[in-house]
Amino acid sequence: MATEANGAEEGGLVFHPMDQFIVKPLFGGGEVGIFTISNVTLWMALAVLAVIALMVLGTSRRATIPGRTQSVAELAYGFVYKMVEDVAGKDAVGFFPYIMTLFMFIVFANFLGLLPMAFTPTSHFAVTVMLAMLVFLTVTIVGFVKNGAAFLGLFWVSSAPLALRPVLAIIEIISYFVRPVSHSIRLAGNVMAGHAVIKVFAGFAAIAVVSPLSVVAITAMYGLEVLVSFIQAYVFTILTCVYLKDALHPSH
Amino acid sequence: MEGELAHIGAGLAAIGSGAAAIGVGNVAGNFLAGALRNPSAAASQTATLFIGIAFAEALGIFSFLVALLLMFAV
Amino acid sequence: MATEATKAAGEAAAPGMPQLDFSNWGHQIFWLMVALVVIYFVLSRVALPRIGAVLAERQGTITNDIAKAEELKKKAADAEVAYNKALADARSEANDIIAETKAEIQKDLDAALAKADAEIAAKTSEGEKAIAEIRENALESVKVVAKDTTKEIVAAMGGKADAKTITSAVNARMKG
Repeated sequence: MATEANGAEEGGLVFHPMDQFIVKPLFGGGEVGIFTISNVTLWMALAVLAVIALMVLGTSRRATIPGRTQSVAELAYGFVYKMVEDVAGKDAVGFFPYIMTLFMFIVFANFLGLLPMAFTPTSHFAVTVMLAMLVFLTVTIVGFVKNGAAFLGLFWVSSAPLALRPVLAIIEIISYFVRPVSHSIRLAGNVMAGHAVIKVFAGFAAIAVVSPLSVVAITAMYGLEVLVSFIQAYVFTILTCVYLKDALHPSH
Repeated sequence: MEGELAHIGAGLAAIGSGAAAIGVGNVAGNFLAGALRNPSAAASQTATLFIGIAFAEALGIFSFLVALLLMFAV
Repeated sequence: MATEATKAAGEAAAPGMPQLDFSNWGHQIFWLMVALVVIYFVLSRVALPRIGAVLAERQGTITNDIAKAEELKKKAADAEVAYNKALADARSEANDIIAETKAEIQKDLDAALAKADAEIAAKTSEGEKAIAEIRENALESVKVVAKDTTKEIVAAMGGKADAKTITSAVNARMKG
């Protein structure tokens, strides 16, 4: 993380904590069109390559006694598979590749974004909102296809007193539609916040007296960010499983 | 003038981060208290713990987001 | 990022939040969908079936190995039983041999004892015979001496004794 404070001669610190999130074309300047090769493209491609390297190349030996890479791949497989089975139920196993895709993409985008000078796709609302909308649409469509109108029972809390049910239904519907919002903002917000905070601490490093403290703080934040990167991917995935369970078994 | 007010608002919104810290501490502390009483059930509830922490954390992140919006987008 | 930062600092006073720049959302969403589709197909077509197969195979191997281990354990137990049986057999055989040998030795001993007894008995009887003979001889000698003595005594007393009378008298006396 480069020092952002270049304004010492101006008599104050200038922070640009958000500059690391700028989307810019890799080749030449100009506008960012839909098909432009930008840093987003680059880091998403790296995440895809990392996933392929781990899950395909790492397991190419199909060893019964796994090596290191294969162990990690199997660990990831078992981790997500168990999560889907435990949280969403046995009949959700058909969605396992989909959920695995989400998990692997988010994990690798987060971890690669922690490299210095990196760009983090998951810090952008465009990306996380899209991911969350995919989950939301999948869950809604699956819910209606599997259960028909009975899926609306999710909003009609039959265990509550009759008089309360319409009120509860409104609350349930609101909370249902807020799901993709919180789902996406949680991920992007966490990632962006961590990166921005590291940048802010890096800005303080321009002051000689504070810089050791700043370095320590950056190190600590970095450790926290490594944890957060994984936990947010985990949380995104497990919430997807929870929503999926609602769609498959809407017995409220 | 408006910019200065926005900065004050951002600072106020940052209080929410502290509130989220309290929430996360509550979740983790209660989990620990429960886990020490019944250690055998603790392992099965770590997923719930992380979900709880994530929910509490997310609200703090929302306030942080508000602060960022006030700082950079207003 | 340093170059970018300086550039941004030079270009615009405040770029705001790049996340809220909606002009590039289409771009990001497009590339996100590409990435997700690629990952999805790679995972669902290649990686996940492969890992699943490997895991299933390992499970099978482990189950087989456990079964094999169970079998080996059973074999070991059988071997132990056989060993114990062999040991017991050997022990009883050894006991038999010992008993047999003991009986044989006893028999030999008995035979030797009997032989020795017989020999001793023979020797004893021989000795007795010899003693009896000696006694007989002694008796004869005594008779002769007694006859001679009697003849002498009779002669000294002035009588003339015939041999026949003396012999019968001595014999009668000796018997009494």
